[in-house]
Amino acid sequence: MTDSQEGSDTKMGLRSFIQDHPTPLVWSWEASAFMLRLLRPVFAKLGMETSSKIVKIPEELIKETLFNCQDCAQCVLHYTGMTCPMNCPKQLRNGPCGGVRLNGHCEVKPEMDCVWVKGVERSKKTPYQHEILRLNPPVDWRLKGQASWVTYSLGRDKIPTGVDVEVRYADEVLPKGVK
Amino acid sequence: MNAPTMPVAPEAPIETGLRGETSNLAKVINAGHFGVCVEVSPPVGPNVEAIQREIKTLKGYGDAYNVTDNQSAMVHVSSLAVSIMLKQAGMEPVIQFTARDRNRLGLQGDLLGGAVFGINTVLCLSGDHPIWGDHPQCKPVYDIDSLNIIRMVRMMRNNQVFENGKKIPKIAPDFYIGAVENPFAPPYEFRPLRLAKKITAGAQFFQTQLIFNVDRFREFMARVVDLGLAEQCAIFAGVGPTRSLKVAEYMKNEVAGMDVPDWVLKRMEGLSKEDQQKAGLDICLEIARQVSEIDGVKGLHVMAVNWPAAVPQIVKELGLYPRPVIETAVVAEPVVS
Repeated sequence: MTDSQEGSDTKMGLRSFIQDHPTPLVWSWEASAFMLRLLRPVFAKLGMETSSKIVKIPEELIKETLFNCQDCAQCVLHYTGMTCPMNCPKQLRNGPCGGVRLNGHCEVKPEMDCVWVKGVERSKKTPYQHEILRLNPPVDWRLKGQASWVTYSLGRDKIPTGVDVEVRYADEVLPKGVK
Repeated sequence: MNAPTMPVAPEAPIETGLRGETSNLAKVINAGHFGVCVEVSPPVGPNVEAIQREIKTLKGYGDAYNVTDNQSAMVHVSSLAVSIMLKQAGMEPVIQFTARDRNRLGLQGDLLGGAVFGINTVLCLSGDHPIWGDHPQCKPVYDIDSLNIIRMVRMMRNNQVFENGKKIPKIAPDFYIGAVENPFAPPYEFRPLRLAKKITAGAQFFQTQLIFNVDRFREFMARVVDLGLAEQCAIFAGVGPTRSLKVAEYMKNEVAGMDVPDWVLKRMEGLSKEDQQKAGLDICLEIARQVSEIDGVKGLHVMAVNWPAAVPQIVKELGLYPRPVIETAVVAEPVVS
């Protein structure tokens, strides 16, 4: 799980400072998303696996440093307040479990902030606030280890399962205008 | 590695029209009654007598009986086995499915296994992490999260498909789909929205964490009612007696996600063992009466951990006994395709 991947205190502190001020992260994501869509024909030509091998080098460096990326290759960072849900010991991608401590810390790792407490808070500082209502589909574990920039570009991170081809949002059951 | 293929959704999704209405719990709620769920804890050893004893104590005091799935991440007799025993004893089990111990394959296999025995009330949850259980060295599964279990069960029922999008042969299983919510764990403002997400995924009823902080619960329910969510699901407020001051202290200090205010402990301090039990029961009854009055609450979920004998007394004192018997409507034979 995530035990071995935790960095030093300084690194953790810096990481959480950057994530608490997500505006530059949002700009970077918007710029990269634009670039990645342009690169789609290149990735398609090379194939997912080969492209991933190349793209993973910079991606790992950046995303592991900034988000403690866990390599799921189906990145939902901009849906979850720029906070990686795979850092949750239960790897919950749709909100916090019922075990969050009263101080907002994780049930499993008492010294760690709950990923979702942070994610919900940070999402309010991004233009993707509404995305917190998104029903994130389960992980396709076959993709683990690929580069998420490639799977995003190729549309392979969008996994229709069952009959829900389109990803659904909780606004379906909420009054209009609720965030 | 095999190149992942995109699962393909069926061209025309099947609509089975099933809504879990064969579940006794659904019938009681749909008939407009105030519901009662009772928690049953399977024994640790293969002790048939213990299960039969619990059946004898609890039978008749609930509309449905939650059978926990390796409660507190400790090994117990399986939820499926005990659910089958309850069903055969004429009680409606609510079979619990955690994301901790089984992947999609295991979950769907056991869902169908339950369906074969007519077990059609399910509760989907993430489950306590093994780190605090009796096998901290094991590998937790968490293949899919609780919300995606709910979604999977809904699609098995509504669309007769497995999680991979392939058709379930012959007949769709019918399930009344339940989920949990903990109003006492941060982030508080997100909890009602998480409830909304679970309703969107397919949840029809909710059971809450044990309530001691009634004010917090009231705030939570006010928001849920405000958002129009209370009419889209049935919310069962979790109540239960604390047997002793020690248990109350343990819940306050050791159980993550529990909010036990100081007044609860103060009420039990300095009392003899019997008086502590009595105080625990009284507190439970007081809280149960208060939460039953709250707008949007459609029933109680009684959890008497290690104290099943308290349940009949609680249900009777609250004036919720006997439980309504809903005549089974004649159900047409399911169409076999």
